[in-house]
Amino acid sequence: MTELNVQADKMDVFLKGVWKENPVFVMLLGMCPVLAVTNSVINALVMGIATTFVLILSNLLVSSLRKLIPKQVRIATYILIIATFVTVADYAIKAVSLEVHKSLGAFISLIVVNCIILGRAEAFASKNSIGRSVLDGLGMGSGFTFAVLCLGIVREVLGNGTFAGFSLFGPDFQPLIIMILPGGAFFVLGAYLMFFNWLKERKKINEKIAEPDMAMAD
Amino acid sequence: MSDIENQIVEEESVSSGKMLLSMGSIGLIAGILIVFTFQFTLPYINANEAAYLEKSIFDVLPGAVTKKVFTINDQKNIIPVTDEEATSFKIYACYSANDSLIGVAIEARDQGFQDVIRLIYGYSPEQQEIIGMKVLQSTETPGLGDKIEKDPEFIANFDNLNVTLTDDKKSLKVPISLVKGQKSNDSQISAITGATISSRAVTKMIAKSAELNIPVIAKNINVLKHSAPQEN
Repeated sequence: MTELNVQADKMDVFLKGVWKENPVFVMLLGMCPVLAVTNSVINALVMGIATTFVLILSNLLVSSLRKLIPKQVRIATYILIIATFVTVADYAIKAVSLEVHKSLGAFISLIVVNCIILGRAEAFASKNSIGRSVLDGLGMGSGFTFAVLCLGIVREVLGNGTFAGFSLFGPDFQPLIIMILPGGAFFVLGAYLMFFNWLKERKKINEKIAEPDMAMAD
Repeated sequence: MSDIENQIVEEESVSSGKMLLSMGSIGLIAGILIVFTFQFTLPYINANEAAYLEKSIFDVLPGAVTKKVFTINDQKNIIPVTDEEATSFKIYACYSANDSLIGVAIEARDQGFQDVIRLIYGYSPEQQEIIGMKVLQSTETPGLGDKIEKDPEFIANFDNLNVTLTDDKKSLKVPISLVKGQKSNDSQISAITGATISSRAVTKMIAKSAELNIPVIAKNINVLKHSAPQEN
C-alpha cells in the first residue's frame, strides 16, 4: 500500500465506527445502556466516555496478545481483559465524581457485558494490527458516545426541560415525563432508527439513479 | 463484515500448558491492574465520600459549624466515638460557632422501591423538630422516585417536622405518618404523587429511627450539650 492508501485506510477504520457501522444506530448493539442511562446528557456522556475507554484499551490488549492467546480460551481471556478495564473505569469515575457514579448506578459494571466491546475484540482486534485495533476502538467508542448523546439530549430537553442541568425553558415548562422513563427511551430510539434507515434507503435510491444500467438489470 | 480476513480453518493442537499459561498470565496482569487502580483511587474515593457526608450533615442542620461523632450503646447511653471506622451506627452532634448545640444528625436506611435508601436527618432538641433531611444514597426511578431527593415540596416536609416527646420522654407524642394530599398536623409528611412507595419508605425509616433515637437523645441531652469539640 502506498502512503496515501494507508492514511485512507486508517481514516476508513475510524469513520466506519462513527457512521457507516455505528454500533447503536446501524448494528443495534449495546442496547441496555443506550436505553437505561440516556435520561440525562451528563449520564450519557460519562457512559459514552467510559465505554470508549474500555473499548480502546481492551482492543489494544487483545490485539497485542492476539498471537499468544490460544483460540480455545480466547473468549474467557477477552472477558477477563474487558472486566479489568471496566473495574478500572468504575474506580476512576468514583474518584472523580461520586454524584455521577451514583446516577449511573449498576450500569458502569454492566459495560462488561456490553456486546459492542466483546464483539469488537472478537471480530476486529483479534485479527488486526495494534494501530488499526486502537483506531477501531476509538471509532466505535465515538460512534457509541455520539448515539447515546443523541438520545440523552432529546430525552433530557423534552423530559426535564434542561440541558446538562441548565434550565432551558423557565419554570412554566411542563415536561414530558415519559421521556425520562424507560418508555421514552424506546420512543426516541425508534425515531432515530427510522431516521437512519430513511437515510440508508435514500442513499440506495440515489445510487440506483446514478447507475441506470444497474437498475435496468434488476 | 468486510474487515474480517478470510482465515484458513485448521485444527492446530495447543497444549494444555499453553492454555493455562496464557489465561494465568492474563489473570495476573488483570489482577495487578485492578489492585493498582484500587490502591491509587482509594484515598480520593474516601475523601469524596467523607466530604459528601460532611456536607450533608451541615445541610440538614443549618447554622452548624463543628461536629462531634457519637454512638448509642446497648444501655441507651450516648458515648463519643473514638474509632470511626469500627463503629457502624453513628450520630453527629453539631454545634454553632459559640459551641452551643444546634442539633443531632442521624443516619437511617431502609428498603426503597428499588434498592436500599440511605438518608440523614437533623433533629433539633430545642425546637423538638426535625429540621432537615437529605438522601445520601438511592436508586429510585429517575423522574419519579428520585423526587424524594429533588422535589423541593417533599423536602420541605422535613424543614419543621414536629417530633415532640411525651411527658415521660419515652416516645413521640404524635407518630410521624404519611398522608396523601393536605396535611392536618405538623407530624405528617405529604406523599409525592406518583412516588408513593418511595415516599412511604422515607417516612417509615424516619419514623422508626426517630421513635428509637430521639428519646435516647433527650435522655442524654446534657452529655451532648457539654461536649462541643475544642477548637485548636
